[in-house]
Amino acid sequence: MTSVPADYATAKSGWWHRNQQSMTPLLLLLPGVLFFLFYVIFPIFQSFNLSFYEWDGLGERTFVGFYNYEELYWDDAFYVSLRNNLIWLLLYLLAIPAGLFIALFLNQTVVGIRLYKSLFFFPFVISQVVVGLVFSWFYDPTFGLLNEMLGFFGFDPINVLGDERYVTYGIIAAGLWPQTAYCMILYLTGLNAVDPEQIEAGRLDGAKGGKMLWYIILPQLRPATFIAFVVTIIGALRSFDLISVMTNGGPFGESRVLAFYMFEVALSEYGFRMGYGAAIAVVLFLIMLVYISFFLWKMARDERGA
Amino acid sequence: MFPTPVEKKSRAYALSYQGLLPIALLMWLAPLLAVALFSIKPDVDFAQANYWGLPSSTDGLGNYWKVFTASDMPRYLFNSVFITVPTVIGAVALSCMTGFALGIYRFKGNMWVFFMFVAGNFVPFQILMVPVRELTLDMGLYDTKTGLVLFHIAFQTGFCTLFMRNFIRALPKELIEAARVEGVTELQIFWHVVLPLMKPAIAALSVLIFTFIWNDYFWAVVLTQGPDSQPVTAGITSFNAQYRAAYNMMSAGSLVAALPPVAMFFAMQRHFIAGLTLGAVK
Repeated sequence: MTSVPADYATAKSGWWHRNQQSMTPLLLLLPGVLFFLFYVIFPIFQSFNLSFYEWDGLGERTFVGFYNYEELYWDDAFYVSLRNNLIWLLLYLLAIPAGLFIALFLNQTVVGIRLYKSLFFFPFVISQVVVGLVFSWFYDPTFGLLNEMLGFFGFDPINVLGDERYVTYGIIAAGLWPQTAYCMILYLTGLNAVDPEQIEAGRLDGAKGGKMLWYIILPQLRPATFIAFVVTIIGALRSFDLISVMTNGGPFGESRVLAFYMFEVALSEYGFRMGYGAAIAVVLFLIMLVYISFFLWKMARDERGA
Repeated sequence: MFPTPVEKKSRAYALSYQGLLPIALLMWLAPLLAVALFSIKPDVDFAQANYWGLPSSTDGLGNYWKVFTASDMPRYLFNSVFITVPTVIGAVALSCMTGFALGIYRFKGNMWVFFMFVAGNFVPFQILMVPVRELTLDMGLYDTKTGLVLFHIAFQTGFCTLFMRNFIRALPKELIEAARVEGVTELQIFWHVVLPLMKPAIAALSVLIFTFIWNDYFWAVVLTQGPDSQPVTAGITSFNAQYRAAYNMMSAGSLVAALPPVAMFFAMQRHFIAGLTLGAVK
């Protein structure tokens, strides 16, 4: 690194010139890091702190220690939300095999296939608010397409969003629509990069169909699967828009999840209980932290390997 | 290629595949097509319970006209533009800098700064909600587009940094070494050597962030209220209240709200998909 001619270096030997190798990264990082600390990192700690207070957002804050968490422990709505979060987490993962299935279906080179691929991806580009509205009409008990179809096959109509037994599943189905599209794109890109020689070798060994998929294709799709997992899990835990638009938590609060319940407690007519909301958010954050740590751990391992 | 290309299979197989494609697509997009059908129906059709038949007249096309002239939708759309565009510019600019710093230089704490961005980017919004709302109120930016833009820039910088840093990492190191030997200053390397190479990454990120921000609903509800500053995602829900049970108007409004990111996707499809898949894979 000392290949710079000596006279050249002395000619421009200002402080900046000598230190630019170490100062440039600092200078370039500063705005981004400060901004991020201010709006993202500090608020996390503030929320932790706030969860020990009772506060209506306007008046004095009262320190209540672990009271908010204690109340959470006895709160039925909290357990409904937690249970629904679990259902979301499990069922949302269906987007991964569904996405793989569609990707395999579309991984051909026929006329117009590019257009088909992009049209299949469509739902992901649309706002969840619009997806939510679209699906509420799809489920509508009086004229919804779903009941038209059920009627066609001779079934009785069901009011998906008005029935506490079905409501969460109905919303998850709406969420699976864009999420599957996303996983499909990940897999389509992954399939493009699959090594044709290995497929040939597999064919010579007599592998085809399911065996080929399981032993030769899927291992090569591992990076795509990993991202699909991370993004799907985080998507499931972040679910808010669809619930807010489709049911507003109802009926009888049966479609709430933590993300929605927190919002309801802190910022709606149910009362501005900032501290209690923060406590719910902390629980949600701790759940998510499991996945964040896993992701970081894997990234650190890959970096060291690289 | 997997699965086996259809042209290598029997003719019947190829034909049924070709036939199955449009059917599968119709089923996949059925909810959306239904909304498109709704949006061009005149009021009469709903009164007469003609939900699924063809529109009884072409008057329904006027629904779109009404969306633009008799509602707040144009304002919401403009708000969305004025929130989305500055956010894209801000987040991409900041992350070009952070990505360069983290991708090129080895310094103490490099990894930690990088991890901070990555971890922050995955955080559930709810843990930020109350404090960020307070911050925005304290700065006098509650219910302004600026308040929303500032937060969006900050938050998106997390994802963008992850993306940019990985992209820069993959650039050939020799280029930078060579420039240093030539005596080019570090900032000039950033501006004249690395930045031009980042064009594809910048394009990919821009489309991606555009879609994310355009579609954001949560922060719009938390940090703004009313047609002066709310984007179209929040607007459509108040539109919902205004036109309760006017399904044709709501459908037209929803499609209008969904159109910009869809158009963006089709115009820059290659970049969009590169962005989605490049983000986390190295």
